[in-house]
Amino acid sequence: MLDGVKHIILILSGKGGVGKSTVSTQLALALKDKGFKVGLLDIDLCGPSVPYLLQLENKEILQCPEGWVPVYTDAEQKLAVMSMGFILPNRNNAVVWRGPRKTAMIQQFVNNVCWGELDYLIIDTPPGTSDEHITVMENLKTVKCDGALIVTTPQAVAIEDVRKEVTFCKKTGIPILGIVENMSGFVCPHCTECTNVFASGGGKSLADTAKVPFLGSIPLDPRLGQCSQKGESCLIALKDSPASVAIQGVITKLLDGN
Amino acid sequence: MSDVPENAAEHCPGTASDSAGKASACAGCPNQTICASGAPKGPDPGVALVQERLENVKHKILVLSGKGGVGKSTVTTLLARGLAKDPNKNIGVVDLDICGPSIPRMMGVLNESVHSSNAGWSPIFVNDNLSVMSVGFMLESPDDAVIWRGPKKNGMIRQFLSEVDWGSLDFLLLDTPPGTSDEHLSAVQYLKDANLTGAVVVTTPQEVALLDVRKEIDFCRKTGIKVLGVIENMATFICPKCTKPTDMFPANSGGAEKMADELKVPFLGSLPLDPRVGRACDQGESALEDDSESPTAKVLDAVIKALLNVCGVVTVDDEKD
Repeated sequence: MLDGVKHIILILSGKGGVGKSTVSTQLALALKDKGFKVGLLDIDLCGPSVPYLLQLENKEILQCPEGWVPVYTDAEQKLAVMSMGFILPNRNNAVVWRGPRKTAMIQQFVNNVCWGELDYLIIDTPPGTSDEHITVMENLKTVKCDGALIVTTPQAVAIEDVRKEVTFCKKTGIPILGIVENMSGFVCPHCTECTNVFASGGGKSLADTAKVPFLGSIPLDPRLGQCSQKGESCLIALKDSPASVAIQGVITKLLDGN
Repeated sequence: MSDVPENAAEHCPGTASDSAGKASACAGCPNQTICASGAPKGPDPGVALVQERLENVKHKILVLSGKGGVGKSTVTTLLARGLAKDPNKNIGVVDLDICGPSIPRMMGVLNESVHSSNAGWSPIFVNDNLSVMSVGFMLESPDDAVIWRGPKKNGMIRQFLSEVDWGSLDFLLLDTPPGTSDEHLSAVQYLKDANLTGAVVVTTPQEVALLDVRKEIDFCRKTGIKVLGVIENMATFICPKCTKPTDMFPANSGGAEKMADELKVPFLGSLPLDPRVGRACDQGESALEDDSESPTAKVLDAVIKALLNVCGVVTVDDEKD
């Protein structure tokens, strides 16, 4: 079912709450706006954020003879989305599943979705190096996966988890396309003083140590979260803002690398 | 001893699982016939072992979220250090985040190793009355990844709960990874006869976090865990230069207090986004040492007081009143 997909990019971290889903959705929206056909697969079964972020919360998945039809954000079908969020009867319901059941669902998400022809499939993941990650790697073995974009925040506590994710990638043979440092510094809107709320420099340092490309630092900007939560591309909604410029930089480097 | 036998097939669902012997992963496993026979399974011996081991632990509190990166480990560390300020209280912390263990760094005991004796595994002491256990102490290098599926993680959790020689504790805080999966189910399963006091749920103010946190509270309801209260973290950032506030993660749907009210769970308090707390956690120092008058310290005192109240713990201050 992934035969028509030209590029597959995994968004990984190891650490929770660093902005994987924000980066995934912003990357998907930006690629769609550039004219590409994009798919976004959310394999975070316990905490699926993508439907909420893209304002698709009450949509349902339809079946076709070949499998599941993804939910499209637009009439032209330029951005297709698949997530556990579309399967839950109620947004407050917990998915209380052990590993084997999660594995079975992820296998379906990877193999049974009718993506059709896509230029890019972006796979958003939960934090960690466990069932979801092992399963997706096993199921991608027979297709060409471009690699992983690893998201981190600058502080040591985050880097400590993210270096384990780098090890995971190296052990499972997935190329690391680069590291992005999110929430990197905050410029006070009142006085323009820059505070390193979550320390600084960790992402660049890790990229250097791991010998992988550093794709850029995205500053903390409350407006980025807000436009993400409205399904808006920050490249349009926050044009010329430091966050938007940084994200554009990351995307350019990512596409140049491809 | 974990519920996945040594000779089990890869992806073994666990001998105690409903699909034991019947899952596709069971094909070819030497234990398949036994598991599939439907012979009545006895209660998991781990439950009784945990009950016995934790008999002298007065209050066992899970720190949950559902959402990653909201500050579960940070709040666990702040609560533990705050509770341990009373030298007459013994506090333990067990780090159930097997893939991303943060407690050793935050507690300043990164390079310690676990020793074992006849009495069990010795927890690592941060100071005289605060001890911790984490898989982080068992990794040879910070780059070592724990790439384990659920059943193997469950085995480690069973060991953490049944084999650590805590001694007598007033409080055992259990830090968890985000989600509602193996680690959480195993903790609940093994603690079911051990008088689990309840769970503290941590969130940040914005809806994308609350979305996951409501699911965690649903998990608590489904598994019979008492929600002791919700703590909101990273609520407001005060610029160190101009002291004006910014809502970094705006409460676009009313924030944690409104959610707690809707779900009828106590709201324990709202911690600010304070870079000094992050720095202290990175360096393994107490964020409370420098400045007991900081907004974080003041809110934390109130949160601890509210938590003790919900746990039914009478404090010296209460007795004076």
